Formats: sequence, structure tokens, C-alpha cells
Amino acid sequence: MSAATEIPAAVPDPAGMEPPKRRTGGLNAEHGRWAVYLIGPTIALLAIVIGYPVVSAVVQSFQLDQGLDKATGLFVQGGFAGVTNYVHWLGQQCGTTTCPPGSLGAQFWVSMGNTFFFTVVTVALETVIGVWMAIIMNRDFRGRALVRAAILVPWAIPTAVTAKLWYFIFDANGVLNHVIGQQVLWTSSEWASRWAVIIADTWKTTPFMALLILAGLQLIPEEVYEAGKMDGASTVQRFWNITLPLIKPALMVAVLFRVLDALRMYDLPAILTGGGGGSGNATTTLSILVVDQIRQGFNSASALSTITFLVIFAVAFVFVRFLGANVVQTQAAQQKGELK
Amino acid sequence: MKTTRAKVRLASVAGLAAVGLVLTGCSAGGAANTGEAKSGQDSRGPITYVQGKDNSNVVRPLIEKWNKAHPDEKVTFKEQSDQADQQHDDLVQHFQAKDENYDVVDVDVVWTAEFAAKGWLTPLTGDMAIDTSKLLPATVKTATYNDTLYAAPQTSDGALLYYRKDLVKTPPTTWDEMMQDCSIAKDAGIGCYAGQFAKYEGLTVNASEAINGSGGSILGKDGSPDVDTADAKAGLQNLVDAFKDGNIPAEAITYQEEQGRTAFEDGKLLFLRNWPYVYNLAKTDGSSKVKDTFGIAPIPGKDGTGASTLGGHNAAISVYSKHKATAHDFLEFLESDETQKFFATQGSLAPVVGDLYTDSELTAKLPYLPTLLKSIESAEPRPVTPFYPAVTKAIQDNSYAALKGSKSVDEAVKDMQAALTTATNSGN
Repeated sequence: MSAATEIPAAVPDPAGMEPPKRRTGGLNAEHGRWAVYLIGPTIALLAIVIGYPVVSAVVQSFQLDQGLDKATGLFVQGGFAGVTNYVHWLGQQCGTTTCPPGSLGAQFWVSMGNTFFFTVVTVALETVIGVWMAIIMNRDFRGRALVRAAILVPWAIPTAVTAKLWYFIFDANGVLNHVIGQQVLWTSSEWASRWAVIIADTWKTTPFMALLILAGLQLIPEEVYEAGKMDGASTVQRFWNITLPLIKPALMVAVLFRVLDALRMYDLPAILTGGGGGSGNATTTLSILVVDQIRQGFNSASALSTITFLVIFAVAFVFVRFLGANVVQTQAAQQKGELK
Repeated sequence: MKTTRAKVRLASVAGLAAVGLVLTGCSAGGAANTGEAKSGQDSRGPITYVQGKDNSNVVRPLIEKWNKAHPDEKVTFKEQSDQADQQHDDLVQHFQAKDENYDVVDVDVVWTAEFAAKGWLTPLTGDMAIDTSKLLPATVKTATYNDTLYAAPQTSDGALLYYRKDLVKTPPTTWDEMMQDCSIAKDAGIGCYAGQFAKYEGLTVNASEAINGSGGSILGKDGSPDVDTADAKAGLQNLVDAFKDGNIPAEAITYQEEQGRTAFEDGKLLFLRNWPYVYNLAKTDGSSKVKDTFGIAPIPGKDGTGASTLGGHNAAISVYSKHKATAHDFLEFLESDETQKFFATQGSLAPVVGDLYTDSELTAKLPYLPTLLKSIESAEPRPVTPFYPAVTKAIQDNSYAALKGSKSVDEAVKDMQAALTTATNSGN
């Protein structure tokens, strides 16, 4: 009898066995309960401050606005609306007719187009200029702290003040026309007013992008660049092949935040041009439309803001799912080689 | 099989949704409050007066005077922001909450119908009636809705035509005369006429002045839209032609009140349509080049004096007030000759009592008062309708497009009529 041919005693199959329960710093039942108690108040507060208004708006959007009782001349409650409010906005139906120019319903698709146009152009410009600024801020030179502070000043100024500032610059007799020597009607021509909003918005929020990208840049170790230099990579090659891929997570997060903000743009176009320009609505965004509608009827405004909410949610979903903007993962994980 | 955590999550979302539904069902309606309107009409006690920012410091001294004379019925002043939209929204919030702490409220002339239709203002009838015989009729019109008086006119404002008296000896009385005077402006190398044409409330004011001044109207007597008429088209066409001919400078499409005032003070305009506040500034501003060379006149219309719109404010009693008798007496105090004189001398606010416009003390302080009286006597208020936000949008959007030349006047007026119909039918 050879020991080698003995069938060994049954060894438990590792694949089928459950891993032993470990007492680690992770959650067990008791920790879980404490977590609920401690986070509970915050969740409750968020539910009241965020959850209730959102749910309430959706519920209200299925009610009709108050109508005028011609006999008494007083407003009476509108009844249940079904999807009338949504059809009003998406299908531009005012009662039984198409919404005529001059009513808010007629401006829905124009505003949608304006909002997306502003978003795409401002975010693209801010990304390019933001990366450039971040690279400058990342270099080591005397007065770097001063430059960093100076770059952040536009972001620190409240948007309403920025809008008023640019309102005076863009005045028909203002500084800008004086400098360029032309009499451009910045607040009233169709494309001039759009570019006015884009310029003011880019000036204001590029520092935000630059800051987020700077954070990403600072985590890139110097050795990677040195290795690239030794391999003979030119400056442009180092930028495209080292810098950009390594700041991609931070860049994607910054772009996601900016896109969400830009889709909600309200105070800048409202104060700078009043939503006007062109034949009257060249710079009207969805948020401006919502605020205007609030004064004419809450329930219709609720429908519009629900539509806006869904649009922005869809855009954010596309970003996170398909373009890889992951707000939770850290760059440390990337550096460990755990993520592509 | 769902884990416990997922079940809990689902349950809490469902619970939240249910709570939300229940709570929104509890929100109060805005139906007629006739019961509330009658309550508290005999009751006296302390009240609160709500107004926007008191820039000229007229309200506080008045309230002190009242409080000294009525120690048991003291008035507290609640000051709102200085932005008209925020004042409006603040009032709406408090009225919807049925706040009984807002007793007497100061409402802009264009909001009175809206608040009256929502049942938030006490009709000034019966015990609450006030004497309107001494008041300027146009101001009373702004406070009347559905043939009932809902507010007491408090201050007024009308349009004035500022002109360069060194270039034009006598001011034009009709629009055509003014356009003929534009040759003088061309010779002097300056712009001829400007008003407020940016896309904001000022455009509604200017457009309705043009339409009303030519004999047209925006809403008919019963509140239904009536702007698709030859007269209205003629009025709007006047402005459009003036833009086309260069009689109104191209940049005036961006003008609000301040830009026009700056241009006029710089000597760049022959005629300017603006509010009375410009008078003092043009006379005393250090940078004003026209200090001694400008005069004022009522705005021109088709065959004579034009139809200025009305600015100004009315004071109203909230239906939720608990001390309406005191509120009523306070309204009468606001309309007394003494108070109106104080508004004028201290705050440069035009009074609503007709006789005061020829009072020597006031005309010494405000030399434009007799001219302003002519303006207000032939004034037509902006449309008095509970759907004012939608109506003003309809007017603004279509007038702006016509002035820019994107639409013909016929098309613009037709679209305006359609938009006004939508606005007054459903409030959408």
C-alpha cells in the first residue's frame, strides 16, 4: 500500500464553503442601528426640504391652475388636469389651439434649445480654458499663490453682481463697444446677446473648473513626466498621453457639475438680458421660463419644473453611465492601478 | 427575493410619497372669501402696514404721526425689498398663508386686479367705503375691479415728454408734429426720440401709450382682448416707422429708464419720454449737460395730448386683517391732503388728489406738477386684469418683435390678440 495512492480524507471544497465571519471594523447589526440613529435626522431633514417639494411639485403638476369664474370675477380652484399641463409644454397646446407667440407655452422648445446651446458652448470653453489655467496654477513659480487667488476672484463674486457688472460692460454705450470701436447691441441682437451670456458665464465659472482640474493635476506624480521626458516625449505628447488621461476622472466630475449647473442657468441671463434678444427670446432658458410661469400659475410651473428635472436627470445619467464620470471613485484608486 | 434593506427603502419612498400627497391635498384653495371680508370690520386695534423699501423716508414720519394721535391703534411698518417682483411674491406668499399680520398692504397699480380676483382684498364698500370724489379718476380706475373699488389710490405717476427748449421753441402736441421736428435733431446731429424699449415692463408701458394714444385699446370694457384694430395697429406702426427712419436711434431698443435719462442728459436726444423723477436729476446732476436747456410737456398722441399710462401705488386692506376699522381709517389718513402733500414734498411722489396739483407750495417744490396733471387727466391705465403677468408678456413679446422688424405690425397685433385671448381665458 502506497501512501501516495491513498485517497486523501475529504477536504472541504473551498468554492462551496462560506467565508468565515470576520469581526472587522465593518458594519454589524449593532453598528447598523447606530448608523440609522445618527444619519436619521439628516435624512429626515433632506426628505422634508428636498423630497417633499419634489413630490409636491409632481402632484401639483397634475392639477389645473385656478381659472376665473366670469360671473363673480373671482378665481376658483381648477380641477384635476391629467396630463394637460404636460401637453401644454411639450405639445405647445394652449387650450385647444397652438400657443401663440407671446405666451409662455410657445417658448418651451426655444428655451430648451437655448439651454442646451449655452450648456454645450460654455462647458466646452470652460473646459479648455480651465485646463490651461490649471496647468499654469500647477507650475511652481514666485507669486503662484497670488495668481491662484486672482484666478478665483470671478468665482467668488455673486452671480447677480456679475450679471449687473457685465450688463454695464455690454451696454450700447459701454466699455466693450468703446474698446472694439463698433456699436454692437449686445443685449438685443440675437447672437450678440447669446454670446454676451456665454462670455459672462465663462468668465464667472472657469475658475471653478480650473480648481477641480488643479486638484486632479496635483495628484500626478512628477516621475511619470520624467519618465516621459526620458522616453523622448515632446511637450504636446506629454500633455495628450500623460496629463489628459490621468486627470480624466477629475475632469469628468468637473464637467458633470458644470453641465448640471449650466442646465439650470437662471440669474445670469435673467439679469443681463431679461431673457430677451433676437425676436425676444434668444436667451430665455428653462429656468427663466419656470420663474415667469410661477407668476402666471403654480401648477403649470410645477409641470415645467418637473420636465426640467427629468431632462437634467437624463443628462446626468448619460454622463455617469456612459461617459464614465464617477463621482465616488477617487484618484487614489486610479493610481493603484485598480481602474483604467 | 428582496433583501430587508431594499424593502425598507421601498417602504420609506412609498411612505414619503403618501405623505406628500396628503399634505398637498391639505393646501388651501383661493376661492371667494366673502365671509372673511366681512369679519373684523368693526374691530379696532394695532395693525401692520406693508410696503416696499421706503427710499425717500416718507413712511416712517407718517406712521409716527399716526401713532401719536392713535396710541391704542398703533401702526407697525413692515418694509419689503425694493424689487417690485419680490414685493409681489412676498405678498402672494403671505396672502396664501392667510396671514392676519398683514393688515394694510401697498400694491402696485398692476397687481390690484390680480389680488382682488384671488379674494385677498377687502372691497371698499359699505362701512369700508372711502371718498373718491377728490381723487383723479384714472387712479381710481386702477383700483377698481369688476366695478368694485378694492384699494385706495395712494401715489401716482405719469409720463412726461422732456424736450430741448433751446432747439425746439414749442413742444409738439401730436406724434406727427414730433416726427416733423426730427429734422431739427438731424441738423443738430443728435437722436430725435427715445422711450423705454428693452424687453421688460417699460416696453408694455410705452407700447400701451402708443396704442392708447392712437385711439386703440388693449382690452375692451369687459376685459376681453381688443387690440386687433386699425387704431392699435396705427399706434404701434408709429413706433416701428420711427425705428426704421432712424428717428428713434437703433440703440434705443436696449434702453430702460436710466439709459434714456443718461442719453438725454448728455445732450444726445431731442425728445425723451420718461417719468417725473428725471426732472430733478437732469436739473441738478453734475454731469447733466442740459440743466437749463430742457423743458417738459405732456406726451403727444394722435390728435392732441397722448394717453400716458399710470404708475403709482394703491393701499388695500387684507381680508385676513383682524382690525379692519383701524385699517380703513389709516387708508383715509393716507389720502388726506396733509399726507399727500408730504408724499410730494418729501418723496417727490405725485399725489392722487387733483386739487393739490395747483397748490402753490407743491408747485414750488415740484415745478412739473401742472404738466403732470395734464398727463394724468388723460391717462389710460395699463390693462386692469387679474391675468396681468400673462397679459404684459403677450404685449412685450409681440411689440418687441415688431420694433425689431422680425414681424410686420399686422402680424404682431394679430399674435398679440391671440396671446391675450389665451392669457385671459386660462391664465396660461
